[in-house]
Amino acid sequence: MSTFVKFIIDGKICLSEEGKQLIEAAKENDIYIPTLCNYPGIPPKGSCRICTVLINNRPATACTTKVTENMDIKTSTPELEDFRKAVIELLFSEGNHFCPSCERSGNCELQALAYRYKIAVSRFPYFFPERSVESWHPKLIKDHNRCILCKRCIRGIKNNDGKTIFAYGRRGQYLEINIDPETSKNISDELAEQAMNICPVGAILVKERGFITPIGKRKYDYNIIGSEIENQ
Amino acid sequence: MGNTINAVIKKYNGDETRLMDILLDIQTELGYISDWTIEQISKALDIPTVEIIQTLSFYHFFHREPKGKYTIYLNDSVVSNFYGKEEVKKVFEEEAGIKFGQVTPDGLIGLFETACIGMSDQEPAALINEQPFPSLTPEKARKIIKMMKEGKSIEDIKGNKYGEGNNSHYLMRSLVNNNIQERGAVIFSDYTPGDAIKKVVKELSSTDIIEEIKKSYLRGRGGAGFPTGLKWEIARKAQGDIKYIFCNADEGEPGTFKDRVILTELPKLVFEGMIIAGYAVGAKYGILYLRNEYRYMREYLEHVLQEMRDDGLLGKFIGGKKGFDFDIRIQCGAGAYVCGEESALIESAEGKRGEPRDRPPFPVESGYLNRPTVVNNVETFCTAVKIILNGAEWYNRMGTKESRGTKVLSVSGDCERPGIYEVEWGFSVNDILRKAGAKTHEVLAVQVGGPSGSCISEKEFNRILAYEDLATGGSLIIIGKKRNLIKDVVLNFQKFFMEESCGSCVPCRVLTVIYKNIIEKIVRGEGRSSDIENLQKWAVFMKNNRCGLGQTATNPTITAIKNFKFIFEESVKNNSENFYSFNENEAVKEYVEIFNKK
Ligand SMILES: Cc1cc2nc3c(=O)[nH]c(=O)nc-3n(C[C@H](O)[C@H](O)[C@H](O)COP(=O)(O)O)c2cc1C
Ligand code: SF4
Ligand code: SF4
Ligand code: FES
Ligand code: FES
Repeated sequence: MSTFVKFIIDGKICLSEEGKQLIEAAKENDIYIPTLCNYPGIPPKGSCRICTVLINNRPATACTTKVTENMDIKTSTPELEDFRKAVIELLFSEGNHFCPSCERSGNCELQALAYRYKIAVSRFPYFFPERSVESWHPKLIKDHNRCILCKRCIRGIKNNDGKTIFAYGRRGQYLEINIDPETSKNISDELAEQAMNICPVGAILVKERGFITPIGKRKYDYNIIGSEIENQ
Repeated sequence: MGNTINAVIKKYNGDETRLMDILLDIQTELGYISDWTIEQISKALDIPTVEIIQTLSFYHFFHREPKGKYTIYLNDSVVSNFYGKEEVKKVFEEEAGIKFGQVTPDGLIGLFETACIGMSDQEPAALINEQPFPSLTPEKARKIIKMMKEGKSIEDIKGNKYGEGNNSHYLMRSLVNNNIQERGAVIFSDYTPGDAIKKVVKELSSTDIIEEIKKSYLRGRGGAGFPTGLKWEIARKAQGDIKYIFCNADEGEPGTFKDRVILTELPKLVFEGMIIAGYAVGAKYGILYLRNEYRYMREYLEHVLQEMRDDGLLGKFIGGKKGFDFDIRIQCGAGAYVCGEESALIESAEGKRGEPRDRPPFPVESGYLNRPTVVNNVETFCTAVKIILNGAEWYNRMGTKESRGTKVLSVSGDCERPGIYEVEWGFSVNDILRKAGAKTHEVLAVQVGGPSGSCISEKEFNRILAYEDLATGGSLIIIGKKRNLIKDVVLNFQKFFMEESCGSCVPCRVLTVIYKNIIEKIVRGEGRSSDIENLQKWAVFMKNNRCGLGQTATNPTITAIKNFKFIFEESVKNNSENFYSFNENEAVKEYVEIFNKK
């Protein structure tokens, strides 16, 4: 038996199961908290920081927080909204996101968030880093230009033996995702597809599977990210 | 080679959580960790190579290519630069015939730079094959390379002018000096190893200890100042029969070196503190996490642990008491400042990359191997022992209301007597400057608490070192008026944070690069006033990073701008907002080259 708790989000009284991830609990109450590194069903790792909210007036990431009775949560102060915008802009500055030519365009969470926040250009200087595209894998393409290092692939994808396929390499600005040649060798088409889908951007692609959804039918062509939660 | 690898893995029972030790030992044996080696480890431990690379490539002392029979890591800290690092660097390069970041073609010498190695009172310093070489000069550098070319051993190159105290111990033989300038009543006072343990065994229960520590108001000395008694109490009450005590000897905050001196002179006091914490919390295992820069002490520290075992102070039946069992192992790091953060430290000790964890849960609830874990600073453990010996009341007579007792300070930079000062809390910055022989009229700024602390000006030199005013983990870097604050200090610190970010949080990973770039631009004379405004404005985004590194990583810039605005304004005053540092010829250079080639 699970106990229900009462908590407040932006002044609205909400109910949910005790210990539920705040992102999910908010969703149940029709409140959208933007996320990037979070992915339903895999353990959270608060790395993008975009879901930062105020809990009893202290910043915390909603993906790593569990709701408790009487929590007072603010999700959209002007400072928080500007912070979220900044996170998105920082990611656009850091990598090379040439969305018009990207296979993921229209289905990309980063791009969709930029539209939601009406970002035309980053306020931060662009790095234009030199990054590679790896295509040695029989099924996958790894485009480092687009990777936002959210760790979703690391956390969410394991091979048949339960072994890691993706892992971080290096640190700081040189942080990167490596694919293990051995453990990824015999992955099924389904797992490759899953890896592509778990990636919020176009950094993991399945070979010969680009641009399959026509413009107009893509996830965010007409719908703002988060609107499916807010307009219930 | 394969035998070496297998022997090392066997030594650690093929335990993948000991990957750090496995990699460290293999690198010591083989010089570097090749792709082939990684594959062998992968097979033996049955973990994917990417996971090994994930750990390995995180730490800057691990090498995947040969790094030279002699590997020189020259300290790139602020104070090292004050005291002539560039000249020493030049000589190393000239004599070795290579640039930093390279290895001589014959594989003899490798030259690398590294962040603060905890020798700010004897700069410039370098680590050569893990041995510290403090107080370098161009002449010494020349001689060192010459001896390397003659194939001399590290011991020969070191010579025999060992430092004071235990630095000369036969298992350390290090050139490092302690420079203890002032001894206080708590840490550097009389001490007989084992007395506190005897007292505990005879008359104190675990709750008595915790009560006494709570009554003393002891707060952690690692920087955050968390009440130690409360931490131990939470850990004691935490569910689980296996618990751990960690001593944080990562001491990575540039300008801080007090833990090095404490570990050199009073290792038994540190270990005794861990043992007592174990007794109070109900833990039977302790781990000393020693930064790689201090690995030269390891053999000596192992020897001290053995002495304590032989004396019945460590192991089973401590002090003759049934059920009082506690043992300690040493875990070395491999070069990552962020591993000083307690949860990153735990990750690292588990053989992983040193990425801080999300909190909650806190380590006291779920830490090492997901068991309740107490992490305390070296100095905190020492202080706890003295409180147990002399009582909380004795301790409370020293210091200020919110900061009881004494603090060991690391003082360095532009002063006559850099070194260690154990003082009661409540001294002003001015007092310390005077003690250290810095002429106040020649001091431009003092960096209090390292780069993550603040850069203060004369106006604040009367502030008090205490939690209620200027809280500090204990370092003061004195910056003379002859220094270029932005170039010599702020840029160095921003570069430090950029290199040390674990990279997980977006604001930390990206903004540390942006701050470093903008400061660099200002130093080049290409800054504009809007750059200064942006630097001030964007710092708020850092508050929401996961750990203390990211949360403080723009402090060098914003505290310097706050207190030395005029220096920043002066540096940008000739450039209008329309000034662009864009250089057309430079920008099209590659194109022109290719075009002219045909
Ligand atoms: C980036 C970073 C580096 C740190 N480095 C150290 C360190 O080198 N030594 C230390 O004792 N604490 C360090 N800390 C603080 C630890 O996280 C932790 O608070 C401390 O070890 C707890 O011990 P204490 O309560 O005795 O101070 C660091 C924190 C951060 C965020
Ligand atoms: S490849 Fe995709 S899922 Fe993996 S870290 Fe990069 S952006 Fe995230
Ligand atoms: S703040 Fe920086 S160092 Fe700390 S966890 Fe985040 S990215 Fe890593
Ligand atoms: S979604 Fe919570 S930190 Fe990324
Ligand atoms: S559309 Fe955003 S990375 Fe491809």
